[in-house]
Amino acid sequence: MSDIKKIKDDYIDKVNTENNIEKVKNIKSELFGKNGIISNEFKKLGSISVEERKKLASDLNNIKDELQNKISIKIQEIETKEINLKLEKEKIDVTLPERNIEIGKIHPVSQVIDEISSIFSEIGFSVEEGPDVENEYNNFTALNTPDNHPARDMHDTFYLDNNKELLLRTHTSPVQVRTMLKGKPPFKIIAPGRTYRSDSDQTHAPMFHQVEGLHIDKNINMGHLKGCLNYFIKEFFEVDKIKMRFRPSHFPFTEPSAEVDIGYEIKNGKIVIGEGNKWLEILGCGMVHPNVLKNVNVNPSKYQGYAFGIGIDRLGMLKYGINDLRAFFETDYRWLSHFGFDPLDVPSNYRGLSR
Amino acid sequence: MKFTVDWLKNHLDTKFNNNQIIDKLTNIGLEVESFESPTSELDTFIVAKIINAKTHPNADRLKLCDVDIGSDKTIEVVCGAPNAKNGLLTVYAPPGSIIPKNQMKLSVSKIRGVTSYGMLCSESELLLSNESDGIIELKNNKYANKIGEKYFKNTSEKVIDLSITPNRPDCLGVRGIARDLSAAGAGKLKINKKSNLKYRGNQNINVTIKKEKAQGCTIFGSCLIRGVANKESPKWLKDKILSLGQKPISAIVDITNYVMFDLNRPLHAYDADKIDNEIIVRSSSKGESFEALDNKKYILENDMCVISDRSGVLGLGGIIGGTRSGTEYSTKNILLESAYFLPRSIRKTSKQLNIDTDAKFRFERGIDPLSIEEGLIKASELIKQICGGEISNLDVKKNENYKKTIINFDPFLFEKTTGFNVENNELIKILEKLGFNVSKNKKILKLAIPSWRPDITQPIDIVEEIVRIKGYEHINTSEPIKTRLKPTLNYYQKLFHFLQRSVASKGYLETVTWSFTDSKINQLFKENDEEIPIVNPISSDLNVLRNSIFPNLIFYLKKNLDRGFKDISLFEIGPSFKGKNPGDQLTVIGAVRAGKVSRLSWNDKERIVDTFDVKKDVIQSLYEAGINKDDIIIDDRSPSYYHPGKSGGVYQNKKEKNAIAYFGEIHPNIIKKLDIKTEGLVIFEICLDYIKDSKQKIKDSKSEYKFSDYQKSERDFAFIINKNFKSQELVNIIKSVDNKLIKSVRVFDVFEGENIPEGKKSIAVNVTIQSEEKTLNENDLDNINKLIISSVESNSGAKIRS
Repeated sequence: MSDIKKIKDDYIDKVNTENNIEKVKNIKSELFGKNGIISNEFKKLGSISVEERKKLASDLNNIKDELQNKISIKIQEIETKEINLKLEKEKIDVTLPERNIEIGKIHPVSQVIDEISSIFSEIGFSVEEGPDVENEYNNFTALNTPDNHPARDMHDTFYLDNNKELLLRTHTSPVQVRTMLKGKPPFKIIAPGRTYRSDSDQTHAPMFHQVEGLHIDKNINMGHLKGCLNYFIKEFFEVDKIKMRFRPSHFPFTEPSAEVDIGYEIKNGKIVIGEGNKWLEILGCGMVHPNVLKNVNVNPSKYQGYAFGIGIDRLGMLKYGINDLRAFFETDYRWLSHFGFDPLDVPSNYRGLSR
Repeated sequence: MKFTVDWLKNHLDTKFNNNQIIDKLTNIGLEVESFESPTSELDTFIVAKIINAKTHPNADRLKLCDVDIGSDKTIEVVCGAPNAKNGLLTVYAPPGSIIPKNQMKLSVSKIRGVTSYGMLCSESELLLSNESDGIIELKNNKYANKIGEKYFKNTSEKVIDLSITPNRPDCLGVRGIARDLSAAGAGKLKINKKSNLKYRGNQNINVTIKKEKAQGCTIFGSCLIRGVANKESPKWLKDKILSLGQKPISAIVDITNYVMFDLNRPLHAYDADKIDNEIIVRSSSKGESFEALDNKKYILENDMCVISDRSGVLGLGGIIGGTRSGTEYSTKNILLESAYFLPRSIRKTSKQLNIDTDAKFRFERGIDPLSIEEGLIKASELIKQICGGEISNLDVKKNENYKKTIINFDPFLFEKTTGFNVENNELIKILEKLGFNVSKNKKILKLAIPSWRPDITQPIDIVEEIVRIKGYEHINTSEPIKTRLKPTLNYYQKLFHFLQRSVASKGYLETVTWSFTDSKINQLFKENDEEIPIVNPISSDLNVLRNSIFPNLIFYLKKNLDRGFKDISLFEIGPSFKGKNPGDQLTVIGAVRAGKVSRLSWNDKERIVDTFDVKKDVIQSLYEAGINKDDIIIDDRSPSYYHPGKSGGVYQNKKEKNAIAYFGEIHPNIIKKLDIKTEGLVIFEICLDYIKDSKQKIKDSKSEYKFSDYQKSERDFAFIINKNFKSQELVNIIKSVDNKLIKSVRVFDVFEGENIPEGKKSIAVNVTIQSEEKTLNENDLDNINKLIISSVESNSGAKIRS
């Protein structure tokens, strides 16, 4: 017994002090190989008495387990150490820059159009479109603005022919005409798009964007118009309260007509929408004129409703603090990067209109 | 329309203060543009302080003064006054000021070699006293904290400027505005005093309105005023004219203007002695001409309404008078005209001749045809009062009698339109105050429309009048009705939305550019489309509608390259025009990518952007927008502005004429012509209108989910094939060997040159083979391999590389 205990103690020491994995493995075969020390001890069991054999076998098994365990722990230890050492050598500088990120952006006008569409979609409006080139009839005459009407002077029109029959639409209102001509009431649409007037200075661009709204049904009145716009403005500017003022005005295609102002104030050089005692005109609207309804084959004694037109670019400027309208259309890489929106920022009701 | 509150009070008894009047005007639809004192020439003179006065380097008597004028920087002024000294408060006039004493306009000037910005003023120069020895010395206690403020208080009365909508000619006169205010409860409209004018003699210049088809005049009223002494207007009248923002001319002219703005009744005064015998109101003949009061000579077309005498045209009726019969200070006898001209005729003539006058502006919108006499009387009275003279009987010639408009109005229409109710009594009261004559027939109101309201023609106009006067604040704010009639977006609108955001997510910045462009650049991209010129472009380099999105994109790409950006990805989604009729347009995405990939990367090799970069962008975008992968065919047909060898088109069908997309390098000639400085420029475009609407919702188009768990095998093949043979076809040939077993084919190497015969190339493909029924054994795979090789060899003329 003392023999094998000594063997055990010696080898435990040996393993403990050994740090080379190959040498540890050698120790293992020295002990447990074919002619290994422990293996040989086991072989001796056959030549001794049954009594002694039982005891020795049990002792040998214990020693064998202990040594084997010791060796495998040691091997693992050395391996871990070696791997750690290797990985330590592989260390890279993670503060080096990542591969180039190419960031695309959505233009503010597109983003605002999507915001507007999302808001009106919530209250049941669908989106209609019309062509940028219009005929004189759809742009003016059908909208109760005959040739001799002074209101035509309010629109500086781009023409495509000398007879002034073909033009670039001066507003999105001709989409009303097209929508009603091709369908039957009720109508509940918005129509965002490009519009054109031959006007160009700091606050006017020859091309800009409008969204038209039209709701025609049997009993739509000015209260609905007010409610709809109140809802829209509040949602769009993402405020709880909005100060809004309807002011009588005149458009040939609506009667009664109104212009809508919203209250604002300047705080720390920034415009704050919804409060304050200054007024800002943001849209025109009214009840669709019976003459217009007649022109599109809708019976004005049965159907009535409202229409509105909003300047999209201006809304965007107000909401996102953009000062210069002209910059919208100048494709300056810096401007687009600065004011553009992430393509994943899709305005929606459940995720919020804007981040 | 400008007027003062004082002027308004000539017509309105009111207890309202100025702010209440302003608010009321806005609330009833008469939009107040501004309410402020008219600018004065004296506004520019400001209180200033001399900070430092030193001697002029080139003149002992002059001083160089640093002057604090209340802004960030001091101003340097050369001054000859002996009393100019440090710390003196005085009055400073900046360049541009007009010095009251001599009416000289100051400019920046050099005095003995030193530039002087403006002037320090003496009392005499400002007409305050005769003191001219030195500059004004202002008292410290009064002016020390007023540096930079105006020295002269603007004492002129504040002017209200209204923007009158084209439907309200009646409010182009102060009386009309007063009437509207009175209806809205802002006071009481004053009753016009009855005239006790005494007439002497007849108007003995014969007036004829010719009966002609195109006659633009229906009523011509006139009177003679004999023995006047024309002169400068009295102060009250001058002030009125000045408050309109106009210059007083002479009493007679000022009076006619005053009556026009007071009653909205344009008048014209002729020097009666310059009229050749008689007045004939007729249509012009082409080629007639006259010199108008704006000192321009106008050559007339046919059928313009002219006032003429026996010698020819005197003036354009209702638009502008002529110099030949104009009044002067020496004028002794006046013929005063008060007429009615048809809006349509006025508008046509003034457009043709491009004339805009206050009278034209009013007649075009519609003057009260019953105000002929009122205007003549009011003006005659004033002329007599100021210039003396005797007034003849009034002479009114008419071709037509005025017919009153009657509207039957059901008050229910009001509530139906506005959503709220106004009691009948109140409603009638509002209308009566606006000048309507109301009688009742059971529930229906019979309304006689005032002659000054040509805009009111049908019941809805009455609704507007009532709601406008009652106040829009009474309209309820109803909860929005949420009923939906159809889906918000249709297929193409969704496609627009998806593609827009999909392209942006590939690193492209979205831009919005004009729908018009420069014809010179457009022509490089227009292919066979017709050019669409704009008749009246905003500038000569934006003179046509764009036939393609690229002219503007490339133009702005160049601008950004010139700004120093090197790697640029831009896109726009919008219309491109194919013809000049409504609807001749396509919705297109155009995208450009310039520069390099991995520029200045520490770990990747940088390279110039190429066709396969944009091919990936375009194909991935199409997939993301829901275009089926298997429906896409690539072809090398592309428009001429692409590099003929390095571009292609994406088609949804082999026979389709129109590609849904193109991609590739831009033609080198275009880069050269437009002088674009970049290492590489690739573009792509997607035409949304050419994409076929699958008409299937995703819930209907998802196929059954099938997969195979049997082992898959991969085999590589390399073929030597004609250089021009398209890899897409090779892939198709391999796939068609066994559509079920061959799961995918990938080209992983293309090689030309060494060891490859001239005109040939080597293509290596990796083929994945997998059965859905069993694990394929070596035999099965060998068979498939042999089939692939034989099929490729016989269908493409390729040879397997051994």
